[in-house]
Amino acid sequence: MTTPNPETNGPVAAPQERVWDGPAPQSPVSPVFDELTRQRTKEIVAQYPQSRSALLPLLHLVQSVEGHVSQDGIRYCAEALELTTAEVAAVATFYTMYKRTPCGEHLVSVCTNTLCAVLGGDDIYARLKAKLGIGHEETAGEPGSPGSITLEHAECLAACDLAPVVQVNYEFFDNQTVSSAEELVDALQRGEKPHPTRGAALTDFRSVELELAGVFTDLPTTVEGASSAVETMRGARLATDRGWSAPSMPDTPPAFPTLPEKK
Amino acid sequence: MTLAQDASTDTDPVPEGHVRLTIDGRVIDAPKGELLIRTCERLGIIVPRFCDHPLLDPAGACRQCLVEVEMGGRPMPKPQASCTMTVADGMVVKTQHTSPVAEKAQAGVMELLLINHPLDCPICDKGGECPLQNQAMTSGRTDSRFTETKRTFPKPLPISSQVLLDRERCVLCQRCTRFSEEIAGDPFIELLERGAEQQVGVADDKPFQSYFSGNTIQICPVGALTSAAYRFRSRPFDLRSTPGVGEHDSGGGAIRVDTRRGTVLRRLAGNDPEVNEEWIDDRTRFAFRYLSSAGRITRPMVRGADGVLAETSWTDALAVAAQGLAAAKEGGIGVLAGGRLTVEDAYAYAKFARVAAGTNDVDFRARPHSAEELDFLAGHVVGQGPEVLSYTRLEAAPAVLCVALEPEEEAPLVFLRLHKAVRKHGQQVFHLGQWTTPAVERTSRGTGAASPAAKDNLIPAVPGAEAAVLAALPSHVVDALRGGGLGGGGVVLVGERAAEVPGLYSAVSALAARTGAVVGWVPRRAGDRGALEAGAVPTLLPGGRPVGDARARAEVEALWQLPSGSLPSLPGRGTAEILTAAADGELAALVVGGVDPYDLADPAAAITALREVGFLVSLEMHTSAVTELADVVLPVAPDAHRAGSYVNWEGRRRPFEPALDASGVLPDCRVLDTLAVEMDVDLFTQTPAAAAGELERLGARTGAAPAAPAVPAGEPRRPASPGQAVLATWRQLVDHASLSVDEPALAGTARPALVRVNAATAERLGLTEGAPATVRTARGMITLPVALTDLPDGVVWLPGNSGDSRVRALLGAGHGDLVEVTA
Amino acid sequence: MTDMLTPVLTRRWQSPRSWSIDTYEQLEGYQALRTALTAHPDQLIQLVKDSGLRGRGGAGFPTGMKWGFIPQGPDGPGAKPKYLVINADEGEPGTCKDIPTMMADPHSLIEGCIITSFAIRANFCAIYIRGEALHPIRRVRHAVDEAYAKGYLGKDILGSGFDLDIVVHAGAGAYICGEETALLDSLEGRRGQPRLKPPFPATSGLYASPTVVNNVETIASVPAIVQGGSEWFRSMGTEKSPGPKIYSVSGHVERPGQYEAPLGITLRQLLELAGGMKGGIPLKFWTPGGSSTPLFTAEHLDVPLDFEGAAAAGSMLGTTAVQVFNETVSVPWAVMKWTEFYKHESCGKCTPCREGTYWLVQILERMVAGEGTPSDVETMLDICDNILGRSFCALGDGATSPITSAIKYFRQEFLDLCAAQPVAAPEPAGAMA
Repeated sequence: MTTPNPETNGPVAAPQERVWDGPAPQSPVSPVFDELTRQRTKEIVAQYPQSRSALLPLLHLVQSVEGHVSQDGIRYCAEALELTTAEVAAVATFYTMYKRTPCGEHLVSVCTNTLCAVLGGDDIYARLKAKLGIGHEETAGEPGSPGSITLEHAECLAACDLAPVVQVNYEFFDNQTVSSAEELVDALQRGEKPHPTRGAALTDFRSVELELAGVFTDLPTTVEGASSAVETMRGARLATDRGWSAPSMPDTPPAFPTLPEKK
Repeated sequence: MTLAQDASTDTDPVPEGHVRLTIDGRVIDAPKGELLIRTCERLGIIVPRFCDHPLLDPAGACRQCLVEVEMGGRPMPKPQASCTMTVADGMVVKTQHTSPVAEKAQAGVMELLLINHPLDCPICDKGGECPLQNQAMTSGRTDSRFTETKRTFPKPLPISSQVLLDRERCVLCQRCTRFSEEIAGDPFIELLERGAEQQVGVADDKPFQSYFSGNTIQICPVGALTSAAYRFRSRPFDLRSTPGVGEHDSGGGAIRVDTRRGTVLRRLAGNDPEVNEEWIDDRTRFAFRYLSSAGRITRPMVRGADGVLAETSWTDALAVAAQGLAAAKEGGIGVLAGGRLTVEDAYAYAKFARVAAGTNDVDFRARPHSAEELDFLAGHVVGQGPEVLSYTRLEAAPAVLCVALEPEEEAPLVFLRLHKAVRKHGQQVFHLGQWTTPAVERTSRGTGAASPAAKDNLIPAVPGAEAAVLAALPSHVVDALRGGGLGGGGVVLVGERAAEVPGLYSAVSALAARTGAVVGWVPRRAGDRGALEAGAVPTLLPGGRPVGDARARAEVEALWQLPSGSLPSLPGRGTAEILTAAADGELAALVVGGVDPYDLADPAAAITALREVGFLVSLEMHTSAVTELADVVLPVAPDAHRAGSYVNWEGRRRPFEPALDASGVLPDCRVLDTLAVEMDVDLFTQTPAAAAGELERLGARTGAAPAAPAVPAGEPRRPASPGQAVLATWRQLVDHASLSVDEPALAGTARPALVRVNAATAERLGLTEGAPATVRTARGMITLPVALTDLPDGVVWLPGNSGDSRVRALLGAGHGDLVEVTA
Repeated sequence: MTDMLTPVLTRRWQSPRSWSIDTYEQLEGYQALRTALTAHPDQLIQLVKDSGLRGRGGAGFPTGMKWGFIPQGPDGPGAKPKYLVINADEGEPGTCKDIPTMMADPHSLIEGCIITSFAIRANFCAIYIRGEALHPIRRVRHAVDEAYAKGYLGKDILGSGFDLDIVVHAGAGAYICGEETALLDSLEGRRGQPRLKPPFPATSGLYASPTVVNNVETIASVPAIVQGGSEWFRSMGTEKSPGPKIYSVSGHVERPGQYEAPLGITLRQLLELAGGMKGGIPLKFWTPGGSSTPLFTAEHLDVPLDFEGAAAAGSMLGTTAVQVFNETVSVPWAVMKWTEFYKHESCGKCTPCREGTYWLVQILERMVAGEGTPSDVETMLDICDNILGRSFCALGDGATSPITSAIKYFRQEFLDLCAAQPVAAPEPAGAMA
């Protein structure tokens, strides 16, 4: 470390320290954000009473374009919403679904929260890590190329009655085992698109990010994807089987309560 | 705020608007809505805290200030953060002094804050003045139970050229991020990541480039944000602190000057709720290296027969100067005081001109000026104080119109008030200007507005057309200025650049008459307002007395003990006319204070005049274009070495004492006093106190204010050829100003020098965004990258004195002039 | 006495394409809306107050009272626009009721949104669904599209003069956004960090305007209340916790799934419905309503699972996410996993939660690795004491629940770790079967 001389004003830094080297050069936002994306951006923003509410959807939109949120993507959002890039970065780094590095064709999320973990989620995750040779939020294969997979362990995915659960591009693959999850990953790597137990036909990470941005190009089809797990229906089915029901409602809705006198 | 004492008994009536509560067994009345932690402070009970800051919105983030609260006889189940809870009637509060629960809660939070805090206090700049260090002593455990792995980050991280970030030390109180968003409106520093990984940071492509970033260093309660310029330079307990006043602008901000062994090591914001609250801009904080810059003059100099300036004794220099001036008196002496003077110094120049030089040819205006301006200043400004328009009144105004004033660049403390008023009560701030500057944008966001409405708040005018635009303002602006609601009517703030537009001061005057709006004059330099009051102007004697008014002259003559009728009665000449006269031989000598010829409307003419004049005396701190040509150079003391006072734009006197040894260096007033003595005249300005005393005894003029000017609105210049454009220009805060030298960390935060045009004009002129463009006059040219901006058609903007853009020096042109623009 | 199961919210789930508007309308869908539009909005608020409906998101705040807090009238705060925001950020470990609801019967939510918006006089409603719940997002968005097409949304709904727009908003992965003020910040495009209260959302919520934030299950219950009336609703459940509730039974049971029963059912009854403990391995511990509710053990089999019953027994009803763990599961290990979750999801705003979970995870991981000391248990309890009630929002409180309750019931298991070998994660049940 150099000894500072208070009489002069040279920089004071140890040799290995990062010193100020000026702001990064500013470049215009990449043309990857094309006219269609800009049009979609306008439509998304228009849905909200205040434009900044569109930031989360726009970051999903950025991921649908880039496969992750790059510095360029942050700048795109900042420009679209008249925010600073720091404000956008603050948001982009808060949420786990915004990925900082390019993702694979598919994002495989293994729930390792306690209940899934105890029922096999930890083993599934360990096996997939070993099999793919990657860790959390790492990608096997060239990001974006067919069959490439980004792996992550996820917190509770709200499918505990179907544990252990895995998601591929946020479509549910319920009641997994180590071997079924391995087969799933094998199939993905081969370029196949196994059908989720609950969800629409598998596409890829970028396509679903477009949906999360609120842009549905084929909703009438995707909405048809299966959802009726046995577990979901169990109570209703059991009630039917046993002839149980809620007390019957009156034939016509009862009169509304009278309003108290306004003071 | 009511300073409630301990209520003497429970039976006294609770004052209107107050509630009565008990804190640690003491009954106190507090204004409704007061935060508990403030009430505790007023009782002398200090609850430890980190995120709390009285000027920032409550956050409740650090949880250090937990106390026990009982409401309606029932204890609340959890300890409460006293920085977010407001007082209530009948509330019973127990702080750490009387509540084991509060004490344990505070010790628990402190332990958690420390588990990841590095033990690097010995090399931390904050060590010794660190709230974490101090409160760990008062509220922490004696030992740590944490034996696990600490969170580490690479450190320090430079987040701008002048701010270093140490994330390990950060306690995530969010003071810096809240300051940047709430006070400065520069959300360039933000919380990033989440949970235990959460950290303060900036965007990869945009550093913490804010004119106010230094405040975050000061309010950081730990050593997470430190100053690159101050790094490793001293220990707080080795510093001697002296209150001071910002000398770089007319804001009058209170500062604290920290020195050690004869050197200023840093400056901090002082706390003056009436003026700067607790904030200053970075120039005021960091630009003090001029004290020790290479160009400092410490010895008098006299030009010898060989034509070379040589150092000499004070006796010799003063004798030569006095002799030269005495000889020139017959031929006429002009006095150019400059805009950086204390009011005492300006008074000395004003008196020197009248008494020693026998002339009204004295002017402080070291910049473009006009006769209209003098009439305006005489009619609207001189003699008024904060009782007419203050920061507080400005903040309360429902609407403000800025004319020829870019507040953030030219009066940063004014900008902070406007920003605060916009944020706190939706003040409408209009800007008569040329483009949506960062300040226009940030003073346009109403509370909760959907998106910036900057466009509505900019009233665009082609340079030169401002007066006409002002005369025909949109009705919603006029209505807003009429105000009538809380805080009285609107305010019109006009900057010194109005002198560059004929008719603009008159139009401001007319607008004020039409709307009842209060007018505030906000010059750029610290000395302008005081010099006006002191009479360093060709038409006014001290106290705003018109030179043409015999009674006014008589008042002054009486106090100055001059023979009746001895004061000159003809109005003097302004700066430009004085210089013209000097060049033409109509004046035989000039006495010049801190004037930079390149700040004047016609620098070339000024240099010629300085060269041609028979005898030139320069009073200066640093070598300059004036000292280069002077016959006698008399060094004068910078603020750090002297006492004095500025009069800020409000008309408020801002006195300061020397921070460093004051022996061996003399303020202007003393130099002039001695010089006058050599000329057999007594100024009685040996000390600033003497000068101030006499000025105070003179008091203000009696009688009505002179009539406001009524100069018709001028016509903007029309481009004569397709390649021409009308120039718009003003100075940026951090630029080549002579007092901002030798501070690379500050210079690194300067806004880039860009040439701005709108898209249509760019297309017509063949300019491309980001590519260089050249702006030319017959005198010279400036080449800078193009930035497309919402300027009026056919207008090109250049920063006055930034980067490669030195408009006056290189182009000899100014606001409203025609220039050629090419790619 | 009502039946053991009382499908109200789940009554359409078995129907083919139950999520479509055709099915919904066939099964009396949007009848409640027609009824509701004939009422004065204040009557609807009173109806919901009378019904005793309490928030289904975990806290159990009376729904009608929440609606009643919204200022109305032409002046002051009542003059501001009002908003309804649906909290569909389901993420509390164990909780999995809203996602199947939105997939199987999104129109009940939409109809509830319209009625609620009418009652509180909101013209904009946002449904904030956690981003990972992609298929529910599709279903709800599709339902919104269908409702617009049928005139249930948009301008002048069913000729009533009432306008409503609904936007379906995807989150982006942050458990904290289930906290209502964090959700509002997130919905405003900010980091999902909780806001200071007061001001409460009822006066200063979304865009600083009066806002009701309600859970999916709460709002989906509203059409049935309009159709059946408050008496009918109160005929299920208990006096203070009326109505039916979806219990999500998961873990070591034979038949995990969604069981809609009147509030007040016991674990013993739920286990019976779910076919008992898986493989007959005895129960060790369970959560009544997600990981943030203190653990129960076999001694709590008969605790009535309503707001009062769960609280009286030292826990909370939470989201009725009943996670059942058998004797093979190490309590310290389970607690470590949950604590890792809280550490990951702590928003970072306040010191106790951010730093406390950081510390607790390290202690627990060390203990589970066999390197703990008995004093670690006391240290953890003290850290929990320094978090509970000291943190900014309830996340910090929730993070302490598994630890303090686990030490309360299973202290010896923690102490045993200090002497014994490291515990491995338990064998997955799937592998044993």
